[in-house]
Amino acid sequence: MGKTITEKIFAAHHVDTPYKDIHVIRLDAVFCHEITTPVAINNLVNRNKDRVFDPEKIKAVIDHVTPAKDSKTAMQGKILREWARRHKIKDFFDIGRNGICHAIFPEKGYVRPGYTVIMGDSHTCTLGAFGAFAAGVGTTDLEVGILKGVCAFRYPNTVKVIISGELQDGVYAKDVILSIIGRLGVDGATNRVIEFTGPVVDNMSMEARMTLCNMAVEAGGTSGICYPDMTTVEYLWKFIKDEYTTKEEALEKFSRLASDADATYDQIIEHDISSLEPLITFGYKPDQVKPVREMEAIKVDQVYIGSCTNGRIEDLRAAAEVLKGENISRLIRGIVSPATSEIYRQAMEEGILKTFIDAGFCVTNPTCGACLGMSNGVLAEGEVCASTTNRNFSGRMGKGGMVHLVSPATAAATAIAGHVINSKLFKGL
Amino acid sequence: MKNFSGGVLFLDRSDINTDEIIPARYLTEISKKALKPYLLEDLSLDGFTPKDDIEGKRVIITRANFGCGSSREHAPWALEVNGINLVIAESFARIFRQNMFNCGMMAVELSAQTIDNIFTGFFGKKTYLEMELERNIFSLTADERRQEVIFSLSDFDRALIRSGGWLEFADSKY
Ligand code: SF4
Repeated sequence: MGKTITEKIFAAHHVDTPYKDIHVIRLDAVFCHEITTPVAINNLVNRNKDRVFDPEKIKAVIDHVTPAKDSKTAMQGKILREWARRHKIKDFFDIGRNGICHAIFPEKGYVRPGYTVIMGDSHTCTLGAFGAFAAGVGTTDLEVGILKGVCAFRYPNTVKVIISGELQDGVYAKDVILSIIGRLGVDGATNRVIEFTGPVVDNMSMEARMTLCNMAVEAGGTSGICYPDMTTVEYLWKFIKDEYTTKEEALEKFSRLASDADATYDQIIEHDISSLEPLITFGYKPDQVKPVREMEAIKVDQVYIGSCTNGRIEDLRAAAEVLKGENISRLIRGIVSPATSEIYRQAMEEGILKTFIDAGFCVTNPTCGACLGMSNGVLAEGEVCASTTNRNFSGRMGKGGMVHLVSPATAAATAIAGHVINSKLFKGL
Repeated sequence: MKNFSGGVLFLDRSDINTDEIIPARYLTEISKKALKPYLLEDLSLDGFTPKDDIEGKRVIITRANFGCGSSREHAPWALEVNGINLVIAESFARIFRQNMFNCGMMAVELSAQTIDNIFTGFFGKKTYLEMELERNIFSLTADERRQEVIFSLSDFDRALIRSGGWLEFADSKY
């Protein structure tokens, strides 16, 4: 019987099945950031287990609150920094060279097709865009990952989503994933992997695939995953060119990972996006979505463009295209946070940052910051934010604040109008 | 092994996320104890006042998809430091559920119908839960009313509860 891509990855990394339906797998990479890792480090130290399984396979970044905003966040950074030095973890990224974990680690070429990755962060599923099994875990799983290089999972049953149709202008990967979450519901994929396939995914850039996989967890998914193809090879080529003689050779190897035609699925969903228009969330759950057009009366106080969902160069380009030559409303605070230092530099060279600044946006350094209501754009009680992030939970960007999730183009248009609106790039149906 | 019996806190809502259980602004704390006053601070649930309603409770009974959202293990810890080691729900988000057992705590899943029955019989009453782990049974008592409920746990979950969590288990085995 055939296997899904995730089943193939599990089989190749199998270590143990200590109990029925519990699969302990070997990890190719363990990623760390300064919010969830310091607790793990302290715990390991307290238990006399301050070791790492392989410093080459552990990568760390300070991204959630950077620069530190107070003594407590400074201490979190310090613990991670000292731990990285102590264990000779050379791939450690601090301010000036850092970026949001799920954007910087793939950008550095640390994620490859067929890899197994864990991180103490729920949006680790983003990395499934590369054809890897990447899952968010809690602190204890992270500790074990750091110490032993293994993690336990239930058998990876899969929901296959076949995305077909022609994307309209002004409609993006963010709108596609919001439409899928709206369809699956916030627990529609719990304990399962979401496999994103079909012609629309085949035509997507790696950035767009990352946006897609990023929000798999918002439908409860253990991870999202895409099949590696030539787009994946092209993206990774500068990191893998010494390992293969040609791109075709790399492609041939990666392609073997794709699910077999006779693989078994829990569920197969045909998702046609031909008539999809820009979407927005309206409640406190990411599956509460509506067309932007139906929410145009909503006044907004802040527009936030950034995060591991939509802070990549393509996202900034899409927003800048809308903002070019425009001024944002005087009633709006516009904040843009390029997801990594490299994206920041690229956006500067392309003149994108100038477009943002000319329009009246504040450009911050790369950080999670406002996305989780910790710094750089926390909402006041009663305020409304149109945001390109991934969570609209009550209080997420500040106690008593309301978050509407949108694409970067919708966010930019909203900043200009002062209320929710479709971007001019969307011509309608 | 932890204590799994005591007063019940009913949270009559689905999809309670980890931002509601413990908001991100408290993730700068690096000790579990410091999380104690903030448990469920941002929960949007009519008539719920964290301070009064959590006091003296040892168990949470709730609806579907409890613990969705962020992977933060601070959510189980915030429960633990408040003396709550057991959550009973129709279903859990994967990471939250695993975090509970990884900490030697319990996340018990029951059918929607059983959860409904429990809410019908006990919601709004001062309820006590008595756990009998060996028999896979717990009982609920409120006034004159008493109900026994059968549940199941996987062998892995049980091993984690017994060994006090996944770290010890994995370190001795792998
Ligand atoms: S940008 Fe937001 S969702 Fe992404 S890792 Fe940072 S805090 Fe989490």
